[in-house]
Amino acid sequence: MVRWLLIAVLAVGVTATGIWGYQEHQEKNAILVQAENNYQRSFHDLSYHMDLLHDKIGTTLAMNTKEQLSPQLIEIWRLTSEAHSDVGQLPLALLPFNKTEEFLSEIGKFSYRTAVRDLENDPLSDEDIDTLKSLYEQSADIEKELRKVQHIVLEENLRWMDVQLALATNDQQADNTIIDGFETVEKTVSGYSEGNFGPSLTGTSKENHDYKYLNGEKVTKDEAIKEAKEMFGVKDETEITIAESGDGAIVPVYSASYRNDEKNGYMDISQQGGHPLSLMVNRDVAEPKISLNEAMEQALDYLEEKGFDNMEIFQSSQYDNVGVFNFLYRQDNIRIYPDSIQVKVALDNGDILGFSSKDFFRNHQERTINEPELTNEDAKGKVNPNVEIQDEHVAVIENDLGEEVLTYAFFGTLGNDTYRIFIDANTGVEVKVEKLQGAENKFEESA
Amino acid sequence: MNIKRKMILTILAIVTVTSITATQNIKPVEAFSQQVIQQGAVGEDVIELQARLQYLGFYNGKIDGVFGWGTYWALRNFQYEFGLDIDGLAGSTTKQKLQKASQYDQQFIKQQLNAGNDFTYYGGTPKENQVKQGKNQGNQQNQKQQNQKQQQQQQPKQQPKQQPTQDEGANNEAAETDNSPPQPTAVNVPNGFSQNDIQLMANAVYGEARGEPHEGKVAVAAVILNRVESPTFPNTVSGVIFEPRAFTAVADGQIWLTPDDAARRAVLDALNGWDPTGEAIYYFNPDTATSGWIWGRPQIKRIGKHVFCM
Repeated sequence: MVRWLLIAVLAVGVTATGIWGYQEHQEKNAILVQAENNYQRSFHDLSYHMDLLHDKIGTTLAMNTKEQLSPQLIEIWRLTSEAHSDVGQLPLALLPFNKTEEFLSEIGKFSYRTAVRDLENDPLSDEDIDTLKSLYEQSADIEKELRKVQHIVLEENLRWMDVQLALATNDQQADNTIIDGFETVEKTVSGYSEGNFGPSLTGTSKENHDYKYLNGEKVTKDEAIKEAKEMFGVKDETEITIAESGDGAIVPVYSASYRNDEKNGYMDISQQGGHPLSLMVNRDVAEPKISLNEAMEQALDYLEEKGFDNMEIFQSSQYDNVGVFNFLYRQDNIRIYPDSIQVKVALDNGDILGFSSKDFFRNHQERTINEPELTNEDAKGKVNPNVEIQDEHVAVIENDLGEEVLTYAFFGTLGNDTYRIFIDANTGVEVKVEKLQGAENKFEESA
Repeated sequence: MNIKRKMILTILAIVTVTSITATQNIKPVEAFSQQVIQQGAVGEDVIELQARLQYLGFYNGKIDGVFGWGTYWALRNFQYEFGLDIDGLAGSTTKQKLQKASQYDQQFIKQQLNAGNDFTYYGGTPKENQVKQGKNQGNQQNQKQQNQKQQQQQQPKQQPKQQPTQDEGANNEAAETDNSPPQPTAVNVPNGFSQNDIQLMANAVYGEARGEPHEGKVAVAAVILNRVESPTFPNTVSGVIFEPRAFTAVADGQIWLTPDDAARRAVLDALNGWDPTGEAIYYFNPDTATSGWIWGRPQIKRIGKHVFCM
């Protein structure tokens, strides 16, 4: 009897311990994930901020006026402090990471001192420019190495908690890629510059211009279905699912979709006027058979067919087997950057796989554009003399306040990088200076 | 007996002749394909274009197979100097002029690209002086050096197309047997984003929406981007993704599953400007949502299992 009692008590005890242990284990895991996520965020933020920093320093090199330079230098100063705090949150206490930190504080000091001084009376000297150039190169190296580490971390699912454990136990045996990677970042002294990161320059804006151009009568669901079938290019009997948007929508739309064996499509049609706002078709795309150039012609034909005239290509890129094109509206030979349309084309047969006219409808209107007060030559004089101008045109863009301004746009090169510089056509102010990025090096494929 | 011998001899002769012609045919005269090459294109035509432009001294960037801005200006300057229409497109006239004016040593370039070497291809300078050892050489270094010695010996000919490049290819891992065209070493990335950003977002999208249709995945990626733009959220992709309690996939570790290609494609669509959500910054699964607060947000639409709201 006593024996049975004892067994029962023990059994209950063992189960209870088990449950308790399991709960502890769960909690520990939850906290581990939490801590890991924090490290991951700091790390990816660091890498992002270094990217941005590199880019901003590059842009500074192409700038000319103090109205642009001072805010830019302040931005650089802010970024260095952010990057610095990112480094501070990583478990690198035991790693020699001081060169990178030195670099950050050096550049922070330089940008702060230059930003607060009166650049009108005391413009950037040749020495300052040289300093900037060398900082630009250094940041390129650090950026490159960091990206490599980041790539390995993502590729191999490395954990910062493991780094911490490795560092804590001083376990040199373990092949710890993160630690090795950071040591390379630290060792990196020279290398070639890899021009990459550009600010967002698709010409789109997040300012609300309220879809002024969405005109026409309200359409019914049936009309929307009919239009969707036409846009998708599917047979009449295809079943289209349609839904109305809710109260939160900025613009009331019908969302239409269909699905069959090879592909599925999804599109938004504005309830006002029945304009197509976006279209996506998803299917497997085989090896490219047509060139990017032919695909662009297809996209242009498509736009014309849908009633978008005066659109001009402004950017084209090939991603694997699809081409993505960005078109701008053109009014009297002036490029209107806010009115942009994106089209995606399959390179295996030239099908249109995507279309987005959100920006176009949000911003488009017939604008009255006055003659600019400055001549092209006046504006050219405002551009940094180190930039070699390759191409130019007149453009309407949005400034930092979201207002549309008429500008002269200059495409120029400085070293191997290309910049786009917008000079206000009336006041001569440097409205925007952007570094245009093209491609990024592939990380070595597991060879 | 005699007849047999003769026959064998003739057969042998035929075999030798065919094999000789065959080996000569292995290296056809490389030239551009028919396509018009335009900015943004990726592939071997672009590699050839860059190499030829560099040969003539117009292009100073890396030969990487992606038609970026540097290539664009180089091409325009070439067109200007040679009295062609300056349109930045490599059409048939431009390509013909280029082919006449320059050389393209496909094997040399392929070898350098495969080895990850840092190299240039200016005409008039011996090629071996234009190569810096790349980083992904590792333990193959000896082999590569041998390769280069071999090449140095063959260099004086200056007739790239007749080099017996097959031999070198043999001990070069990726360039073996090889009539395959050289592969680009770079990729296009949407403005302002790196491959790592794309990868990180693909992880998040896969963790959050792997069972969803394509538009549902694009929608999740678009929400991440809308949050980066929004003043009430962090300003970086990583900041948004790893914000505590923002995404369940991050909180429970599902973000570290390996994303498939569909997730990556969805991220690219979102980065290129597609947003099926109508600028939503929140979404939730109505079947599992535990917070009452989220139901109070003004809803925009439902895509797949998720409801998107402002």
